[in-house]
Amino acid sequence: MALSFDQVIEKYEPTLGLEVHVELNTKSKMFCGCATTFGAEPNTQVCPVCLGLPGALPAVNAKAIESSIKIGLALNCKISPFNRFARKNYFYPDMPKNFQTSQYDEPICYDGYLDVEIDTDEGKKTFRVEIERVHMEEDTGKSLHVGGATGRIHGADYSLLDYNRAGIPLVEIVTKMVKGTGKYAPEVAKAYVTALRDILRSLEVSDVKMEQGSLRCDANLSLAPINSNTLGTRSETKNVNSLRSVERAVRGEMIRQGNLLESGGKVIQETRHFLEESGETRPGRSKEQAEDYRYFQEPDLLPVAPESKWVEEIRNSLPEKPAVRRKRLQAEWQVPDKEFDAMLNADLLEEVVQTVAAGADPTRARSWWLGEISRLANEAGKSPAELISTVDVATVIKLIEQGELTDKLARQVVEGVINKEGTPQEVIVKRNLKVVSDDSALMKAIEEAIAAQPDTAQRVRDGNIPAAGALIGAVMKSTGGQADAAKVRQLLLKHLGQG
Amino acid sequence: MTSIFSTASEMAESLKQKEISSVELVQMHYDRIEKVDSGVHAFLHLDKAGALAKAKIIDDKRAAGEKLSPLAGIPLALKDVLTQKNQPTTCGSKILENWRPPYDSTVVERLNANDVVILGKTNMDEFAMGSSTENSAYGPSRNPWDLTRIPGGSGGGSSASLAAFEAPLAIGTDTGGSIRQPAAVTGTVGVKPTYGTVSRYGLIAFSSSLDQAGPCARTVLDAALLHQVIAGYDEKDSTSINQPIPDVVAAAKKGEVKGIKIGVVKEFQGEGYQKGVLNRFQESLDILVNLGAELVELSCPSFDYALAAYYLIAPSEASSNLARFDAMRYGLRISETAGQSAEEVMRITRGKGFGPEVKRRIMLGTYALSSGYYDAYYGSALKVRTLIKRDFEKAFSQVDVLVSPTAPTTAFKIGEKANDPLAMYLNDICTIPTNLAGIGGMSLPAGLAEEDNLPVGFQIMAPVMQDDRLYNVGAALERALHEKWGGNILKQIPDLNNLVGIFAGKGSN
Amino acid sequence: MELKEVKHLANLARIEMSDEELIKIQKELDLILNSVARVQEVAKDDIPATSHAIEMVNVFRKDEVKSSLSNQEALSGAPAQEEARFKVPQILGEE
Ligand SMILES: [Mg+2]
Ligand SMILES: [Zn+2]
Repeated sequence: MALSFDQVIEKYEPTLGLEVHVELNTKSKMFCGCATTFGAEPNTQVCPVCLGLPGALPAVNAKAIESSIKIGLALNCKISPFNRFARKNYFYPDMPKNFQTSQYDEPICYDGYLDVEIDTDEGKKTFRVEIERVHMEEDTGKSLHVGGATGRIHGADYSLLDYNRAGIPLVEIVTKMVKGTGKYAPEVAKAYVTALRDILRSLEVSDVKMEQGSLRCDANLSLAPINSNTLGTRSETKNVNSLRSVERAVRGEMIRQGNLLESGGKVIQETRHFLEESGETRPGRSKEQAEDYRYFQEPDLLPVAPESKWVEEIRNSLPEKPAVRRKRLQAEWQVPDKEFDAMLNADLLEEVVQTVAAGADPTRARSWWLGEISRLANEAGKSPAELISTVDVATVIKLIEQGELTDKLARQVVEGVINKEGTPQEVIVKRNLKVVSDDSALMKAIEEAIAAQPDTAQRVRDGNIPAAGALIGAVMKSTGGQADAAKVRQLLLKHLGQG
Repeated sequence: MTSIFSTASEMAESLKQKEISSVELVQMHYDRIEKVDSGVHAFLHLDKAGALAKAKIIDDKRAAGEKLSPLAGIPLALKDVLTQKNQPTTCGSKILENWRPPYDSTVVERLNANDVVILGKTNMDEFAMGSSTENSAYGPSRNPWDLTRIPGGSGGGSSASLAAFEAPLAIGTDTGGSIRQPAAVTGTVGVKPTYGTVSRYGLIAFSSSLDQAGPCARTVLDAALLHQVIAGYDEKDSTSINQPIPDVVAAAKKGEVKGIKIGVVKEFQGEGYQKGVLNRFQESLDILVNLGAELVELSCPSFDYALAAYYLIAPSEASSNLARFDAMRYGLRISETAGQSAEEVMRITRGKGFGPEVKRRIMLGTYALSSGYYDAYYGSALKVRTLIKRDFEKAFSQVDVLVSPTAPTTAFKIGEKANDPLAMYLNDICTIPTNLAGIGGMSLPAGLAEEDNLPVGFQIMAPVMQDDRLYNVGAALERALHEKWGGNILKQIPDLNNLVGIFAGKGSN
Repeated sequence: MELKEVKHLANLARIEMSDEELIKIQKELDLILNSVARVQEVAKDDIPATSHAIEMVNVFRKDEVKSSLSNQEALSGAPAQEEARFKVPQILGEE
């Protein structure tokens, strides 16, 4: 009889560990001047350095150092006054030099923490996730596995390598062991990665797009019997490509390990892969021997010794912390807790912020993103942000405020933009969605309505103002909803001598 | 009359006076190469068309009255460890056979910018690992003084090309003595500049923290002229020193040792040193004293550990540097059967593509860095490096330069030490400490050993960024020795034309 | 050093060697290691390590894009290529 999650956590206490790799958004790579543009033609952003050609030498990108320090400071880390690059030696075809230039026992930042808040049975609760280290390294190339049945690595006939990504600066953020989360381990893991992503975004050091791989998470997990004061063997789950997956991967691994232990089995220390479809993990290829990375100091690079003056300058230039900022925005926009949380849970805060920044009213911005756009995104199976830009949403909202669009028309405009028919203005023209505000056009429709309902018109003339509703309705109908009802009313009453 | 026997500075003067054209000069050297290189085997590759075309352009520039660099139009032999765009660059290894780099090393860029004409690429021990050039995958080079002997290594092709008058200038690289020891055994001049003064960009790394390219020539002044061309800050090499290079040419022209304090390293004498080597060394010391220098005997006790430290540090770095030769992106790829995995192909290619010495050092370095052995081996070697630096610092607080024989023996026979790696390693005993400390060193001819009539090298070492001292002391000694010998030591070299026939074709296997 | 260890090193270094070769290199490595082990005699605890002969720090370059190689240049030395990429034998390993 398999244990459920609830049964597992009655018996076992989880210990979490999270390793997050972040691609920095520098213009050039970590050790060479190649561009870092995502999605470029294969092997066009490569040079002797990042291809590992014989004789080529690395040169450190100053911006990457600065970004790393920013990250460390934002995570309450100490900044090492003297740190070095090391070579991590192992062979793999996606790594041009067959060593990764990384940092080993001397990371640039160490000993920090990040507080994350989650909902518990007793209400909101804060967990402190301690940061072990933040270090710099370089990304690898990308391989494409060709042939075989699956297009996956196993059974492929051969592989094709693109080194455009090789050498893109990476920052690796490693937590200490996170204990005491109990049944909330999956939520804490997700909340940590979310909070980390928000901080990185606020620092503007990375695109933090999990789906593009600019933020990647490995989740380590072990279980030990409750109150045993021991530490179980951990597994390391890779391939966790979304915030939701972080939570699911931890939960899935807790259930797997719990059942394994319960049936008298042993957890082995291994790398596992998260399966998006089932939420389970499967083992990676076990290595015949443990790797021996033979780390040593990178002789081609010199130590990094950030002066405290520089570090303080960076510290003083840090943006508002996301948690603080959220509190401020909530107050500024006067949004109730529940609605604000809804926006956060839908991961739409940044969209709303940007829409407001583009000139829209905060309440309308929130309601559009959480309402119509989320609904359409849901239908399309995409994220709202993928559908439409914040600038376009702001434009639509402004047109509503100016009376150029009705809510109904605006929905059509948004739909048109999402269908790639053009900008809101272009959609309005193409679909002929403009509010009919031209007096003569409206007057024509009004006169037609009066002619069709002379009795009603007479009643209005006689002072029965509510009777005008039927005429206004007729006008709205004949203009296909594109007329501004208030304006119609005003013109009609004036025409009938009641204005 | 300018000939292949002229010095580079004499050739430069003739070019300037338009007594000869660069095309003629370059052609003259290719004629010589044609005649003797089948026996000497200094070159792995010649770029005749490219060099002659380049020479023509330079002649045209000169005819048009353009201001040219001092070495414009002079031919040069380039060690095959430096990348040259679209020219074969093998490092003496099968694993890079037919590889043509898509980029120029900074040294080559500087040579090109100064209109030096690159004749071709010279032979070397595979990946610069060796002291005899016998480890080249393309067969050994031979010493023009005696074609049955080694021309030194790893830059034996460069030194042999100079002694055989196939080129007036050459580039070498020196990780543990690979410029200086070949210079010593061929009666030529070789300088390892201060680490960080000649860019390593495009120098195929053997040991990154030790490698340094430098000038090879037949006179101290020629070496200085070439040194000036190749040295200087380069942002592509992070270990490059961003400071002006001392005026080595002025120093080479000065050659004045009156009042200069010269330290004689006690550890570099005695057992294991050939008698003729010690005699020539002593003779040179006497000359320097006569010229007004003051001798100070010094002890650098940690130098006894330099060789051991070197044979841990260099292989460790090499094991990592050479990991990139994996049959995936460039170079040799050997697969034995269809369907072999990338990993198998890597293993097979590296097993067949690397020679025995390279494999030995990769294995040694892999061991020294592996978990459990790091502290005892690599870690300890780095500490010895500190001690050696301290010994040099202490010594240079007392003297201006240090001197020693360059190598304990003259050129040995090809094959003599091929099966005894430890005996081979001892060749570099005097040159290695400078590499570990990053300082500059020069070897210049001190005469011939009486027992075998083969050249002996005299080594000068100077503190970091004081390479001009090498040239000043070297020039003074050279002037006195030339007076004594009635000219360059190479005037005494046997006529190669008579010997080459016997060895023709034996260069490559 | 045991032969097993030599094999492990050859595996770490990704060099295929015949048994003969392994035995030969085992002897040579023993000899060399015996000789270089003397560094331990003077490598006392209080002596710092020197990894770079010339001490410098903070050598950085500006975050500026420089021209890359063309795809053709990048692939010029490739033993095999396909679709503008380096073609390599099947990779056995982790995804
Ligand atoms: Mg990492
Ligand atoms: Zn690059």
